[in-house]
Amino acid sequence: MPETIRRFLDACRENKALNTMITVNEAGLRQEYAAQKSRKGLLSGKLIIIKDNINVKGLPCSCGSRFLKDYIAPYDAHVIERIREAGGLIAGKANMDEFAMGSSTEYSAFGPTLNPVNPEHVPGGSSGGSAAAVAAGLSDYALGSDTGGSIRQPASFCGVVGLKPTYGRVSRYGLTAFASSLDQIGPLTRTVRQSAELLQVIAGKDARDATSSDIPVDDYLSALERDEVQSIGVPFHLLQEGLDPEVKVRFDETVALLKKQGKQVLDVSLPHLKYSIAVYYILATAEASSNLARFDGIRYGARQSREAESINEFYSQNREYGFGAEVKRRIMLGTYVLSSGYYDAYYARAQKVRRLIHDDFQKAFREADVLLLPTCPVLPFKLGEHVDDPLAMYLSDIFTVSVNIAGIPGISVPAGSSDTGLPVGVQILGNLYQEGRILQLGQTLESLR
Amino acid sequence: MDWDIVIGLEVHVQLNTKTKAFCACKVSYGDPPNTHVCPVCLGYPGSLPVLNRAVVDSAIKLGLATHCRIREYNTFARKNYFYPDLPKGYQISQYKDPICYEGYVDIAVRGEQKRIGLTRIHIEEDAGKSMHGEDGTLVDLNRCGTPLLEIVSEPDIHAPEEAYTYLNTLKQIVRYTGISDCNMEEGSMRCDANISIKPKGRKALGTRTELKNMNSFRNVERALKYEAERQRKVLESGAAVTQQTLLWDEQSNQTKAMRSKEDSHDYRYFPEPDLSPLRIDDAWIGRIRSSLPELPDARKKRFTELYGLTEEDAALLSSEKEIADYFENSLQTFNNPRLTGNWVKNEILRILSESGKSAAESPVTPAALAGLLQFLHNNTITPQTAKTVLDEMAATGKAAADIIRDKGLEQISDSSELESLIETILKENPAECERYRGGETKLLAFFIGQVMRGTKGKADQTLTRKILEKKLG
Repeated sequence: MPETIRRFLDACRENKALNTMITVNEAGLRQEYAAQKSRKGLLSGKLIIIKDNINVKGLPCSCGSRFLKDYIAPYDAHVIERIREAGGLIAGKANMDEFAMGSSTEYSAFGPTLNPVNPEHVPGGSSGGSAAAVAAGLSDYALGSDTGGSIRQPASFCGVVGLKPTYGRVSRYGLTAFASSLDQIGPLTRTVRQSAELLQVIAGKDARDATSSDIPVDDYLSALERDEVQSIGVPFHLLQEGLDPEVKVRFDETVALLKKQGKQVLDVSLPHLKYSIAVYYILATAEASSNLARFDGIRYGARQSREAESINEFYSQNREYGFGAEVKRRIMLGTYVLSSGYYDAYYARAQKVRRLIHDDFQKAFREADVLLLPTCPVLPFKLGEHVDDPLAMYLSDIFTVSVNIAGIPGISVPAGSSDTGLPVGVQILGNLYQEGRILQLGQTLESLR
Repeated sequence: MDWDIVIGLEVHVQLNTKTKAFCACKVSYGDPPNTHVCPVCLGYPGSLPVLNRAVVDSAIKLGLATHCRIREYNTFARKNYFYPDLPKGYQISQYKDPICYEGYVDIAVRGEQKRIGLTRIHIEEDAGKSMHGEDGTLVDLNRCGTPLLEIVSEPDIHAPEEAYTYLNTLKQIVRYTGISDCNMEEGSMRCDANISIKPKGRKALGTRTELKNMNSFRNVERALKYEAERQRKVLESGAAVTQQTLLWDEQSNQTKAMRSKEDSHDYRYFPEPDLSPLRIDDAWIGRIRSSLPELPDARKKRFTELYGLTEEDAALLSSEKEIADYFENSLQTFNNPRLTGNWVKNEILRILSESGKSAAESPVTPAALAGLLQFLHNNTITPQTAKTVLDEMAATGKAAADIIRDKGLEQISDSSELESLIETILKENPAECERYRGGETKLLAFFIGQVMRGTKGKADQTLTRKILEKKLG
């Protein structure tokens, strides 16, 4: 057996308690290796861990849900095809909050993932399994999906690098949808360079995703060598309150480091960002309520009872059994905001505010090359701390969700640790399709630590 | 009291594009269940729709043919509801911004032209089919994702008969554009109706009911008649019409209420995030416009003006594009519109209906018909012979000239040959001669019949008549 595979399988066993993986592709990996051996590519021989909402033909694709516990994907997602073409091997499927709804990976039907840095704490979510697997050393490369911070926040909590690309940069074909207008697949890696490599492989137009862009893909590896960023915008008005003091210290430190590098730090204003949580939880739940309607138990997935009195009771029984509390909560929210008579007050209004948030960012990018924010206002919380207070968990998404709402790219890179050793991350945001620029500044920050 | 009837129709037309609206599966009918399906039309997790641009072509085509405005920026919407034959839990449709809007269709009602407004035409995808049996329900998803156009009329229809005519006219237009075959039995054309009545002359509309489950244009008309009458009785009894959806029951010829639960959908429409907005520019519209055929109204008008056909013949010959094409193709070879028109209308349509074929696949080609009619026109054969020859042409595919030559069917126009035959016939029928001479002149037809029998229909009729009149006179 090749050394890399043996090491990965050993690491999986050693870290079993962290519960990072739902499926280890133990049987398939050797075949993958044999098939990929001769391929020369950017990911040649590298093991890639895949979040369990991205379809890999022949492997389970549970999305962290009891509903899809036994569902085997019948086709490969676009990103999986790309990874294989670049010589990468599919290592297995990582744990996640059910249907990517959550910020702690506690809402998984397969049990919570623990943070490798401190197992009493959550790894963040929803791509917590991917982030924790990279942090624990199972592999240096993982894919996650980010709808409101689900790549960047767990990267920050686990002390790794996580990048959410521009909406449309990576094909969503084969990503089980949560909120279609916000979802993007992106890399979680140990280093910024590895993120650049993985993004290089998965980015680009795919005819099967009508929202994927045909704008030419940048050469991210050579972008790492460029030095394009002169000015960095910081919305200081957002950092006045609600920020954990230790997060604030690490963030200020980062700003100081960048100034020392000769970067110009500007105060920018994002006046509508304060509405982003409200906008997000209207748009995302509305889309989710529709996207998850297909999980009815007719063709696949949980099928509870054959004794239902009516078709609606049949659906109810399957969905009652198959979905967890957070998913049900969001389906109900989304159904409500789309209901006749409420559409204008909620959905239509949220769309308008979405535009304003987008415009805020566009204005800020006219003043500064990139923006800098903490990834998350709080330190990784303890398991169970927020489970009964979903609103507190929603509010901790404040710095990440606005990025999805505006469709722009963002990268979270480690910015040191708290006094108790918990990781803190900072987030660099670029304008549309400027992944190269934020990768480059991310690498600068990485090199300064 | 006199009542006004107000009717609006919603027609679904299934498009005959090669592939489905949002995936590459084949559009099919009658194939084994679930053989034209893929992750996209099955709604498997992670699959995404991609718009088939041929569907947009079809929508623009019909929009132009019905004088609609074509929308430049189009969005799609999700229509959400749960049903076993709807795998995604929503239909991709259009809601606020239909691709075509503000159009009209002119129909002929009791000899007068009437304009029926079209509110909108929009694109949507079809659901699958549920087959309910004793042991449960089976689902066939071959139809799922098949493109549909929904055509919504303004409430401009004021009688069930007008609804019938409107549907026929619309079907004619759709078939001319070639985007659908509009077969109601196969479900490629479906119609729901809204109807209300109000005291004559009053402006405000009455409470409407929605009628579904009519499987033919006649049944639409019948259901509307029944429902108008039912509403009249309800209102005249002092009660109120309940807004509800009714199903037409063909067996009992009645409308019946659906269970109210099935009627209480809140579709939660919202913009489809998986499809980017679709821009239709002038070049696209121009390309479609130039591909549009001449439409039935214009063609009919041209048939009367250019060929001197009667209104009725022109309407019949232009009713189907294939028939009109057949007629005009035949004129290319032999330009005698009235003669050709008569033969297409009477004989070719008969042959087509007997053989179950369309005009485009007619066993007698337009040129072959023209060949036959030339022989008829220059008196080589008689009309009766021509019919026999045509039947043989249909059966064997041979040319008229060959059949006439091989069977010696040329018309007998030699007066001496006819005279001697007539002499014999008169001798054999002395009693009839007597009666004729006694004033029973309608017996002429009998003598002509005898001549035709003796010549196997080949005798020149005009000449025969002339000789008979002379000899009997």
